[in-house]
Order: sequence, then structure tokens, then C-alpha cells
Amino acid sequence: MVEPATATQAAAPAVPQLKDELDIVIPTIRNLDFLEMWRPFFQPYHLIIVQDGDPSKTIKVPDGFDYELYNRNDINRILGPKASCISFKDSACRCFGYMVSKKKYIFTIDDDCFVAKDPSGKAINALEQHIKNLLSPSTPFFFNTLYDPYRDGADFVRGYPFSLREGVPTAVSHGLWLNIPDYDAPTQLVKPLERNTRFVDAILTIPKGTLFPMCGMNLAFDRELIGPAMYFGLMGDGQPIGRYDDMWAGWCTKVICDHLGLGVKTGLPYIYHSKASNPFVNLRKEYKGIFWQEEIIPFFQQAALPKDCTRVQKCYIELAKQVKAKLSKVDPYFDKLAEAMVTWIEAWDELNPTGAALPNGKAK
Amino acid sequence: MRTPPCLLSLTLDSAVLNLSNITDLSPLPDHILIELFLRTLRAGKLTERVLKLFIATGKDEVFSLIQALNIQVTVNPVLPTSKCLPIKDDEIDIVIGALNFDLTSFMNVWRPIFSRFHLTIVKDPDLKEELKIPEGFNLDVYKEPDIDRVVGTSTSIIFSGYACRYFGYLVSRKKYIISMDDDCLPAKDNKGFLVDAVAQHITNLTTPATPFFFNTLYDHFTEGADFVRGYPFSLRNGVTCALSCGLWHNLADFDAPTQALKPEERNSLYVDAVLTVPARTLMPISGINIAFNRDLVGPALLPCFRLATEGKFRWETMEDIWSGMCVKVICDHLGLGVKTGLPYVWRNDRGDAIASLRKEWEGVKMMEEAVPFFQSVRLPQEATTAEDCVIEVANAVKEKLGSKDPVFAHTAKAMLDWVKLWKSVGGSSSSPGA
Repeated sequence: MVEPATATQAAAPAVPQLKDELDIVIPTIRNLDFLEMWRPFFQPYHLIIVQDGDPSKTIKVPDGFDYELYNRNDINRILGPKASCISFKDSACRCFGYMVSKKKYIFTIDDDCFVAKDPSGKAINALEQHIKNLLSPSTPFFFNTLYDPYRDGADFVRGYPFSLREGVPTAVSHGLWLNIPDYDAPTQLVKPLERNTRFVDAILTIPKGTLFPMCGMNLAFDRELIGPAMYFGLMGDGQPIGRYDDMWAGWCTKVICDHLGLGVKTGLPYIYHSKASNPFVNLRKEYKGIFWQEEIIPFFQQAALPKDCTRVQKCYIELAKQVKAKLSKVDPYFDKLAEAMVTWIEAWDELNPTGAALPNGKAK
Repeated sequence: MRTPPCLLSLTLDSAVLNLSNITDLSPLPDHILIELFLRTLRAGKLTERVLKLFIATGKDEVFSLIQALNIQVTVNPVLPTSKCLPIKDDEIDIVIGALNFDLTSFMNVWRPIFSRFHLTIVKDPDLKEELKIPEGFNLDVYKEPDIDRVVGTSTSIIFSGYACRYFGYLVSRKKYIISMDDDCLPAKDNKGFLVDAVAQHITNLTTPATPFFFNTLYDHFTEGADFVRGYPFSLRNGVTCALSCGLWHNLADFDAPTQALKPEERNSLYVDAVLTVPARTLMPISGINIAFNRDLVGPALLPCFRLATEGKFRWETMEDIWSGMCVKVICDHLGLGVKTGLPYVWRNDRGDAIASLRKEWEGVKMMEEAVPFFQSVRLPQEATTAEDCVIEVANAVKEKLGSKDPVFAHTAKAMLDWVKLWKSVGGSSSSPGA
């Protein structure tokens, strides 16, 4: 039986790393009570809250946090017609937070994720672990059987080529979840009581050329290295599909990371996922995705980017072209999505002109 | 003069050795049943199945003994799921390459796990002393004369040192082979229970692998895990797992420079996961603790890459690393899976990394050439068996690497010799589709 941690204050680090270089992006439609539990770990950092749903509702942020909050009206105001690329009534709207941030690193977490305990009972500072993952290299070209070789107590095993031991910069750190696992609706329906209690004490680099399902619940990334690829697609209100936002971003991101020689890690840290969403609601959202992913996966597995795509934005636009060319025949949705991908990049470049360093946004 | 054992005693000893074939103990008279129970205990062969056999007799004396000795059924850390193929004990061979002559403590400590299986022990031809092996195992032992007799002299393959175990793979006729270095002991899991490495390897080999898409909750065939959201349904059946690579506690399989830099470093982390190594991803496959499906990939594990300075410590070899890359490339081509992770074994401290440093440099240099080669090698569609694939790889080695170093040229020849040897002595392997 896993339980969330309660005594988090003791585990807070003396010096919060990357305090002024990392933003925490949280999408929410309900409330932010969960932040109380995370306070010792999160309070030193700036928060970007993306409020989904009804903009007239006031979301109360617990005292003592430095934050900026955007609701749908703000998104429309800031992006104008380009706001069409940001989903409504879906946590996919969180990617607006990535776009509007001015920091190098992003950590994003869902509002039903609490602090987990490691097997010794100690509270896990997920943010600290993500930072460690991002600040140490990845090894996508050759698999290390002892997993992350840069970890204390681990190393490269015999036979690992020395020329590959420097690794590459890490662009993404994908964390996992104890308690309610991130299952799709059919699996949830068949196994409603299954809980993830297995603490796998490893971080590993996902090898080059291998795709994976990226979950947005507990995710961190280097915004400067890969930010523009983290578009969470068109989901929710008015769209034929939901719960594929992070998946889509993950596949695009992995293809681009593989192309640019960047690393993606998965494994620690764990958070405690407390809320199981309604599997019937989920099934309706995911239904089309379950069929479409059979076409989408081969598309991404075969996607090749031309050598002259050396910037993320250029890679992404090229991917959007390929989506339009190859996936429109699956459903006209992909036409819309391809256009939204281009709109996203245009909006990103507008809000993030190269060379400009801007201060944090202000709280509302 | 010692009294020879009586007929009853000999019968009981024979019964203990053949427990895997016994299905019903009820016809036995009580006193013989109890004596059999005690001898089974002493031999370390009281498995869950055997315990159930004794309980099924319904005899009170058996129950009293069980209670008095506080025998409990320990939860098998690896629960067979319905997706697991039922495996008979006689489909498994445990192959040990003996580089140490005294195997007494090694075999005694593994007895509870090994004793129900057949063992094939191959003595390193360079070992001068006689092997010391304790009683009570069902085994075949092969020494230099046996190797010479079977292999003849017309081969370029040298079965000395760690390569001796491949002779065991060659002559075994079992479907699944578990292979372990003779300086390994059972490890403990994170709950303090001894790990049954054999059971874990068998579970790995008899549950599907998933090389085409990475599952973030790792091997979904473990209890409490499944495929996560976003995992394509068409890929959830998986493919047959042909190779299971285990890990090591205490002395991890580091190379000499790494261990020399960190002489005190010992691996104590227990990562509770098995995962499939994705297709087209290469890795260093250590020969210390592995298991494989001999029918599918037997010929692909090969004793062909021999460093000029190869020695008797793992720090002084690369033979398994080369063999491992061949197996991985071949598995990828044939659509078979390779898993890594559990089980752990405990590896004894042995040797001196700094002394081995000089010898390993040759291997380290050659890896730099070998890895790009294996990453780019492509096998033709017509190669549908492991033998065919080995021949293709050997030809590619000769063509692309032969001129870079004589060791590669020699390896290519040895690989072709190995396939010939396998075809004449090893019995043929099946196509994965069969």
C-alpha cells in the first residue's frame, strides 16, 4: 500500500537549485490546494498557473507563492487569433505556460499529484531529482545496463565505448507515478483497482530511435533546448480527441531530440498520483486516439528530418508539413493539427524573440 | 570396513535426485515418507511443488514435521501469470564454465535453486587441478579430452578461459540455458529474500518482450504493472524473448579503468525492474549472468572474439561483449526480444583491476571500431535462422573490419567455424516462426 508523504519540510534542500532559472507550470480547473503539500519544495520557485475552463471563476493560490496566472481571457488577449492553437477544457492548455515563461527550465505537474515516499519512507523532492536529471548528460546511443551511469554509485559497464561516455545534453526528464498509474481507459476499465506500488530505483536514457508514451503529469524539460517542440496539440472542447496531448508532444519531442542529438530520460522521480479519472469519460475522449495511434506511431517511427533543420522551430515546422502530408488521410483533424502546430511556432517566436531577456510576468 | 548403504537408503537417495519426476507420494509407508522428507530437506530440494506433494499424502507425521520445523511457503517473488508458458524442469540446462577448480561452496550455496535442474559443467582446459564438485546434482561434466573429441582439431575456436562455457551451450540439448560465472552467489532482493535467479530468467524468457515501443512502467508482465496510456494496442502482444540479461551486486561488471578509478565501488542498488531493450539499440551484454532460448538463438552466442592478451578475469576479456552484440543484432533482425534487469546475482571480489588495466586496452580500442559496425550492419531478409544470420554477420565482419585488425579477421573465420560446428554437433535451431 503506497501513501503520500506528509513530512516534507524535513526533506527540503538547503539551497534550492536553479531557483531563478526554472518555472513550475501548473494547469488547473479546480483549486491549488495540493500546493500546500509541495510548499517546502516549490516555494522558492516561480509558478505559472494556467487556468482552464470558466475564466470568471477565481482560482485561489495559497499565500506565499510567487506566481503569474493566466485564464482563457488572458490567453486570447495575449495571442489574439493565434490563441486558436491553445486547447480549451483540457490540461493541454498548459503549454501556453511554456510559451509565456522566460526561464531556461520548466517543470510541469498536475494538481492531483502529491509528494511520494521512497521505500525508506522519506519524502521525495521530485523537483530536485528532475533538476539532477536535466543537469547531467544522457546516453542515447548505447544502452547502459546499470542505467544512469552519472548517478552516485553507478557507472558505465564493461564494453561501453569510451567515445560515447561523455553523453549528450538532456532535454527532457520524464518522471513516474506511484498509486494511480497512467493507464488508458480500456486498461482502467479492466483493472480499476490496480495500483502502482513498485518503486523502481532507476533513471535511464530512452535510446535513440525509440519512441515512448510521454506523460505530462510529472515532467521537466530544458525550454531552451526543446521548448518549441512541447506543443500539447488540439484537445478538449470542439476537438474529436482528448488525453493524447502529452503523447503527441512526446512523439514530436523524441523525433526532434533524436535528430538534434539530445537526450530524454525516464524513471525517477516518482510522485504520488491521487485521483483516478473516470474511465468512461476517458474512453470517450481517447476512443479515436486508440485507432489513430496505430497510424500515428509508424508515422513518427519513420519520420526523418532534413539535415538543414538545426533549430527546434525549423524541425517542428518540417514535422508539421509531414503531418499534413501523411496523416490528413487518417482524419481531417490532422490537417487542423498541422496548421495549429505552425501557429504554435509563430506564437512561440513572437513571444520569445531571440536575444531578449525579460523579467517574470506579474501575478494577477 | 565401512558398511555399504542399504538398498532402502540407495533408493531414497535416488528418489531425492528424481523428485521432479514424482507426482504422487501417497503409496509410501509412513516411515519411508518421513525419511524421504528429511533427506529432501537436507538436499535443499524442498520446493513449493515438492512440499505440496508431501502435504497431499495427508499424513499427520508430515504435518507435525512441517509445523515443528516452521516450514512456510515463501512468496515466490516472481509470480507466474497466465501469459507464462508452463515450463518443465527438464527443458532447462544450467551451464557453468569452471575457471576455478573447487566448485564446492559455489554449488552448495546455489543448491536450493539449482538442484532440481540438469547442470552442464565445462572445465576450462587451462585448469590443471581436478574439479571438486559436491554430490547430489544431476550433471554432466566436460573436460579438455571431451572438448577435443567432440570438436576435433580442425577448428579455429579456442574454448579456454571464459569461452569454455560455449562448449556447454553447444552440447546441451535443452531448450533454455541459464549461464552463470562460477564466482557468483545468489543475491538478496530489496526485502532481504534470496533471489531465485533461475526462476526470474525463466519468467523473462517465457513472457513476451516489447522491443518496438518503450513502456515507461517497464516490463508489463510483472505483477502490478501494465502498458501505459499511449502504448499502441497492436504492439501489446509483444514478441518472443530470446535472451535474458541479469545484473550483479557487489562487484558490478565494470571495465578495468572504471574499477581502478573507484576501487571501493560496489553495486548495492536493487533496481526492481525488467525491461526490453528496444530494437536497434545496442548494449554491452555481459556473460556473467545470462539466459537464453537455445532453440532460437543458440548459435548466435559465440566464442569467437579473442583478445591477444585475454586472461582469466572478466576485466581481461571482451568475448561476451562481442557475442552479445551479435545476438542483439540477430534478435533485432529475427524479430526476437532481449530483456535486461532482474535477476541480480552477487559477484565475489576477485582480481585486481589495476593489474588488468594493461590487458584491456586492446579490447577498449576495438570496441570503438566494433560498435559503429554493429550499429550499421544490416542482414538480408533471406536470413531466417540464427545460423544464417551468424554467417551473414561473419562475412560483414571480414569485409568491413577484417583489414582494421587481425583480431577481427580471425573472429570472422571463427564465426564461420562456429556455425559449421554447431550444424554438425549442436543440432539445428528453429526459425522463430516455427
